[in-house]
Amino acid sequence: MFDSGNGKGQGKSELSRRRFLSGVLKTACGVGLMGVGVGLYSEKASSLPALAIRPPGALPEDEFLNACIRCGLCVKDCPFDMLLLGQMGNGVAAGTPFFTARDAPCEMCEDIPCIKACPTNALDHSLTNIEDARMGLAVLVDQKTCVAFLGLRCEICYNACPVQGKALTLNYEHNARSGKHALFIPVVHEDYCTGCGICEKVCILEEAAIKVLPNHLAKGKLAGHYRIGWEEKAKAGKSLVTPDIEHKYNLPEGARYDHQGKGMIIESEGIGVDRPVDQMNMLRQQMEKK
Amino acid sequence: MANRLEDVGAEAVAAKGWFKANKWLILRRVSQLSILGLFIISPFLVDVLDELWIAKGTLSSSVILGVVPLTDPYVLIQGMVSGDVKPEIVGLVGALIVIAFYLLVGGRVYCSWVCPVNMITDAAAWLRRKLGLKDKSHISRSTRYWMLGLTLILPLVAGGIVWELVNPVSLLYRGILFGMGTAWMALVGIFLFDLLISNDGWCGRVCPVGAFYSLLAVKSPLRVVAGKREDCDDCMDCYMVCPEVQVIKPALKGAEHGLGPVILSSECTNCGRCIDVCAKDVFRFGSRFTNNQVEAIGVVSRQEDSAKA
Repeated sequence: MFDSGNGKGQGKSELSRRRFLSGVLKTACGVGLMGVGVGLYSEKASSLPALAIRPPGALPEDEFLNACIRCGLCVKDCPFDMLLLGQMGNGVAAGTPFFTARDAPCEMCEDIPCIKACPTNALDHSLTNIEDARMGLAVLVDQKTCVAFLGLRCEICYNACPVQGKALTLNYEHNARSGKHALFIPVVHEDYCTGCGICEKVCILEEAAIKVLPNHLAKGKLAGHYRIGWEEKAKAGKSLVTPDIEHKYNLPEGARYDHQGKGMIIESEGIGVDRPVDQMNMLRQQMEKK
Repeated sequence: MANRLEDVGAEAVAAKGWFKANKWLILRRVSQLSILGLFIISPFLVDVLDELWIAKGTLSSSVILGVVPLTDPYVLIQGMVSGDVKPEIVGLVGALIVIAFYLLVGGRVYCSWVCPVNMITDAAAWLRRKLGLKDKSHISRSTRYWMLGLTLILPLVAGGIVWELVNPVSLLYRGILFGMGTAWMALVGIFLFDLLISNDGWCGRVCPVGAFYSLLAVKSPLRVVAGKREDCDDCMDCYMVCPEVQVIKPALKGAEHGLGPVILSSECTNCGRCIDVCAKDVFRFGSRFTNNQVEAIGVVSRQEDSAKA
């Protein structure tokens, strides 16, 4: 009927083959379209909001999304009920666990029940010491509102930190405004910070000045070709570039530079005064003599 | 003489009584709701039961009575496609238990006895029959296998277990247990799709979860058998209620082609609704191994017939 075939039966089979092929094509196109839709949606649904932190031991985000089978067992086994599951509409990939530190931080259980509950490696079972967890990194995001920078003794983040004295320490700094007091500035040390979020939770401000951010937001990244000179030197046991030369200042004759902060010292008279730096030094010497 | 679409099952109720004409449907609802119910009440019973969780987790992965792990092999495979999932022993054992169970009872028992979306699509199908709506969409029943393929490719292309972002089965279960978000819209969408666009559309044509589980049913022993097919009076009730209508004919009307009375298609969900609505009690649950015997008997009787002639 539709082809040059002369037999009636042949035409019929050609017709049914056409119908079959067009059916298959229609289905394949429909499913392909669905795939594009779901794929595009997944792009949007898999971008983790900045304040959503994964539980301890979670694999890097892209691997985590492959390994997490969205069962919610970690959520159920959290004794503090602080883990939530992502759902359509809250921006976290549906069914994946997270917490928001300001609402409820990780209490860092010693036996890490959430990892034990995980039926896959989405939460890394080789993590057995909770202090090795790196859920995120605390960052003091606003020095203008943190009351420590205003000269007040707050230190609540320092006192609440479960890895106290290591992950968060206080630096004493001079209070330039009053001229006579110290500032007690909280400083996060990423080698120890687990990203539990307790500091963010306890921050006394209306909006926390210290926040736990996912590692990819909190941290910079050196370009791949960067090498830290002193580390390479220590590894190799010697300098890998030119042999170390003793450091020298290029100073005018008779002048030297004091490392202890006294600055430039002119040891003899009779040097030229045509350069501004020499003029300045001469002036200063004359003032001191008076 | 075929019954009217909106009167499906009325004849069975008249012949067998309401309860017998809805027995398997009631049992399925009890099964679906009590599985969901156990997950819901477990956290409230933990204190009474000395820290014992009756059921913890979701259909993706759960722990029953604190010891028995159950893991959905389909979700696990989607994760493994990416190469990033290394299931822990419990996860693997859980998946093997689930696979073994469905190999035995028929994979799509999951669809009709466990999956909560079944209640939504059954409701749509019921309303569709009452309203006498005709299917003009002609979505192929093989679409689901394409979908199955798609969901296994997507983790490689888009990254992550993409299907679980939109899988209505998980959305509904997690929604009830952990919070729904806007997932209810997807479920309303499925109801409307089944009601207005495609008859048995979601479960019978599109859903890749059902497609996966039907692959587990290829050799399962537990089957529906049209044991008394010679009593069939062509009322068509079973055809009208069956969510996988193509599976019935070979067993019910295959006698003249030498086909046995066992519904062998792995797409049959073992829901038992055909057993319910048949006023003549043609169908029953049985085993696939009875097929050959009856087939042999059929052949013998045909031979006898030809001998007489």
